[in-house]
Amino acid sequence: MLEVQLSGTLRDAANGAASINIEAATIRELLRKVVEQYPRMAEKLEAGIAVSIDGNIFRDNWGETIPAQAEIFLLPRIPGG
Amino acid sequence: MTLDTQFTDQKFKLVGSRPDRPDGVDKVTGRARYGADASAPGQLVGAILRSPHAHAKIKKIDTSKAEKLKGVKAVITSADLPDLTNGNRGNYDILENCMARGRALYDGHAVAAVAAIDAETARRALSLISVDYKVLPHVTDVDAAMRSNAPIVQPHVRTAGGEPSDKPTNIAQISTFGHGDVEAGFAKADKIVEKSYKTEQTHQGYIEPHACLATVGPDGQGELWVTTQGHYTFRNLCASLLGMDIAKLKVTSSEIGGGFGGKTHVWMEPLALALSRKANRPVKLVMSREDVFRASGPTSSTSMDIKIGCTNDGRITAATATLRYQDGAFPGIWGMLGAMTAFACYDLENVQSVGYDVLVNRPKVAAYRAPSAPMAAFGVESTIDLLAAELNMDAVEFRLLNAAKEGTKASYGPTYGPIGIGPTLEAVKNHPHMHAPLGKNQGRGMACGFWFNFGGQTCTDLNIGVDGTVNMTVGTVDVGGARASLSLIAAEELGIPYEHVKCNIGDTASLGHNDTTEGSRGTFSSGMATIFAARNAIEELKSRAAKTWDIDPEEVDWVDGEAVAKGVEHSNLGPLSLAQIAKASPNTGGPIAGHSETVADGAGVSFASHICDVEVDPETGSTRVVRYTVVQDAGKAIHPDYVEGQFQGGAAQGIGWALNEEYIYGEDGRLQNPGFLDYRIPVCSDLPFIDTEILEIPNPNHPYGIRGVGETSIVPPLAAIANAVSNAAGVRMDHIPMSPPRIRKAIKAEAAMHQEVSAG
Repeated sequence: MLEVQLSGTLRDAANGAASINIEAATIRELLRKVVEQYPRMAEKLEAGIAVSIDGNIFRDNWGETIPAQAEIFLLPRIPGG
Repeated sequence: MTLDTQFTDQKFKLVGSRPDRPDGVDKVTGRARYGADASAPGQLVGAILRSPHAHAKIKKIDTSKAEKLKGVKAVITSADLPDLTNGNRGNYDILENCMARGRALYDGHAVAAVAAIDAETARRALSLISVDYKVLPHVTDVDAAMRSNAPIVQPHVRTAGGEPSDKPTNIAQISTFGHGDVEAGFAKADKIVEKSYKTEQTHQGYIEPHACLATVGPDGQGELWVTTQGHYTFRNLCASLLGMDIAKLKVTSSEIGGGFGGKTHVWMEPLALALSRKANRPVKLVMSREDVFRASGPTSSTSMDIKIGCTNDGRITAATATLRYQDGAFPGIWGMLGAMTAFACYDLENVQSVGYDVLVNRPKVAAYRAPSAPMAAFGVESTIDLLAAELNMDAVEFRLLNAAKEGTKASYGPTYGPIGIGPTLEAVKNHPHMHAPLGKNQGRGMACGFWFNFGGQTCTDLNIGVDGTVNMTVGTVDVGGARASLSLIAAEELGIPYEHVKCNIGDTASLGHNDTTEGSRGTFSSGMATIFAARNAIEELKSRAAKTWDIDPEEVDWVDGEAVAKGVEHSNLGPLSLAQIAKASPNTGGPIAGHSETVADGAGVSFASHICDVEVDPETGSTRVVRYTVVQDAGKAIHPDYVEGQFQGGAAQGIGWALNEEYIYGEDGRLQNPGFLDYRIPVCSDLPFIDTEILEIPNPNHPYGIRGVGETSIVPPLAAIANAVSNAAGVRMDHIPMSPPRIRKAIKAEAAMHQEVSAG
C-alpha cells in the first residue's frame, strides 16, 4: 500500500486529506484509483497532475512503474517558460 | 538497452565540443525568416482594436462603417468567435483573452479586428469602429485587489484552496506547501528576521513581436506561419477554439526572436485565422511593440512577507513565506509556483509557504523563464542575507550550512535525489570573484535559485541520404542553439562528422505531437528522442550491412560509424561505413531512417548560485553592474557555448528586471510605458561580461546526463543584485526594480533615520 501525499490545492478534491493510501503498481493505476476514491480529483486530473516518485517528477509517462514503499507526491502540473 | 533512459556515463568524441551553429549564417545575413517574414498571394493586413479602459462593459460595437470602407475584407468581434470550449474554463479564458466578450478586462484587451488590403486601410477601418463602453471601477495593484471592497475582475471566480464561499473574489487560489511545525521551529530560534518585499511587473522583452500569417479556406483547411515556442500546442488550441480539425490546420514555426515563456501562449493567432476564414484570403497580423506590452503576457507583480528563524550557530529552525502574485485578468497558478519554489534550495525541518493567485485589471500573466521563482527567491535570499548578517556569519557559509542535499525533503514535498545546490555554493565559495577587492561605493551580493525543469512528448525523425549525410527533423522549436546540440548528439551516436547532420524544425504535418519548448526541455527531451532515433537508424544500418554480407543481423556490431561483422569467421569482411551502406541502400531495401516518439520524463531539478558586484552612485542612485558570475549545474553540457549563452541570457534579463524594468500604470488603469524608450531593458553597454562556470552533475534519468539549463539562470539575479546593491548603498533594498529614484529615496530615508537616532 502506497501512502500518497497530496500537495497544495489537490487536497481540496480529497476532502482536505493530506495523504491517502492506495495500492498501485503504475502511475496510470494510481491516478485511476485516486479518481475512483475521490471523483472531484477528475477535475484536477483534467487540469494536470504530476506525480513525484522518489523525488523524480513525471508529468506524462503514466506507464512508469511505482516501486513498493516508494515516496509518492501528487503535485499540480507545472508549466515552464 | 538502446532505449534505456538511464545515465550510462558514455564516453564522447563530439558532445562537449563547440562547432558553429547551423542557423548562424542565416541569422547574421538576414536570410532567416521570422514571424513577420512570410507572405502569400492576395494577403491582407490584419489590425486589432483594443480597449482604452482598464475595465469596462461593452454595451455595443458598431462595425458597419468599417465594413463599408473600400479595401476592408473582414471585420470580426467576439460574435465571430462562438464559444466552442464545451465547458473547458481554461480554453474559454484563452478565447476571452484573445477577444473581449462583453467586458474589457484590461487596457489593451482586444475588442474587434479587421483585415484590409493594406495597413493604412486597416488602421482607418479601426478608427471607424464605434464601441460603446460603460467604464467600470478597476484595480491594478495586487494588495488592493485582495481587499474586501476591491472591484471584482471576474464575477464567476471563487477561491480554490480557501474557505468555501459563494462570494465573488479576486483571490482565485490559495496554495499551501510545507511540512513540520513552524511555530515550534520559531520558538527554537535565537534570531528571527521578518520582512516584506515587493516586485513590479516585467515583460520578457523578446525583440521579435508576435507575428503570424494565417490562411483558412472555405474547405476548412488552414495554415499558420507563426513565431511560437510550441507550434503543436498552437495548432491544437487554435483548432479547438475555431472548430477546426487538428489534421487540417498545419502550423509552421518561424525562426524565433526570443520567447522566454511569452510565446507559449496564443494571443492573437486565433484572430488572424478567424479573419482569414471570414475574408477567404490570407491574413498577416503583426503586433506593434505597444501591443506586445499591453496585450501579451508579462510576469506577475508581487508582494510578499518572509520570516526565517535560526539558531546562533546558523541552523535554520523555521521559515514561512506569504506570497501574493497577480495573475492579470484571468486565473493562473503563478502564486502557487512562487510558493513551491521559495524555499526549495534549503534543508528545512519546519517550513510553510502560502501562495495567493490574485486577479487584477492587467494583461493575462504568462510564463517568464522559471515562472514565479525569481520573485520568491528575491524575498527569501534577501532575508537569508539579513539573517547571516545578524549572525555575523559569511552569507555563503550560512547557505552551505542549510543547503538542501540528497535525501532532503523539499519544501514543496518530495525528497530530493542527487542535486547540485551544494556544489554550486562550494564553487561560489572558491571562485576568485568572491575574493576580489571591491572599489569605492561598490558592494557584492550572491544568491541561489531553483527550478524544476520538465520533459514531455517528443517526436524525432532522422533520414539518411544516399551520400551518407543525415537530415534530422525535430518538433521542438529551437530557442537557443538546440539545432547545434541535437546535431552533435546525432553525429555522436551515428559516428559521423557534425557537419554531415542537418537539423530542421518540422511543421505540425511532418511529425507527431511535440510539446512546447518550455520548462528547459528542448535539449533534454529532443536530445533523448535524437539518441533513440539514431539508435533506431543504427539497427537498420546493421540490418543492411548484414544483407550486403549475407549474414545474420545479430552478427553485426556498430563501431565508430561503421558496421563490423562479429567473430573470426567473418574476419574477411571489412567494415562498412555509414556512407557506404547509405549508397547501397536503394538495393538493400530502400531509404534508411530512424524514428522516435517518446515521453521524456525525469528531467531533474536544477540549481544555480550567482555572484554580483555593483557600484551605486549615492548622489543619483544609479547603479552599474561591474562584475557578474553564474555557476549552474547543466548535468552535461552538450554544446557548452549555448549552455553559457543560456546562463548569460538569464543573468542579463535578471539584471534588467532587478534594476530598471517595470510596468507603470496610471490612476486610470492604463499602462504608461508600453515601449522600449520608457520601459528600459538592458543594452550591451549596461552589462559587464557575464562569467560562467558550468558544473556537470549527471541527471540519472537521461542517457547523456542532460539537465535543462534555460530557466534557472534567471532565478538568482534579483536577489543577488539586491544583496549587492544593499551592501553598496548601506540600506536594505526591498522593492524591485531598484531604479535610481528608489535607491536614492532609500539612501535618504536611511540617512534621515540615522540622523533622528543621533539627535534622539
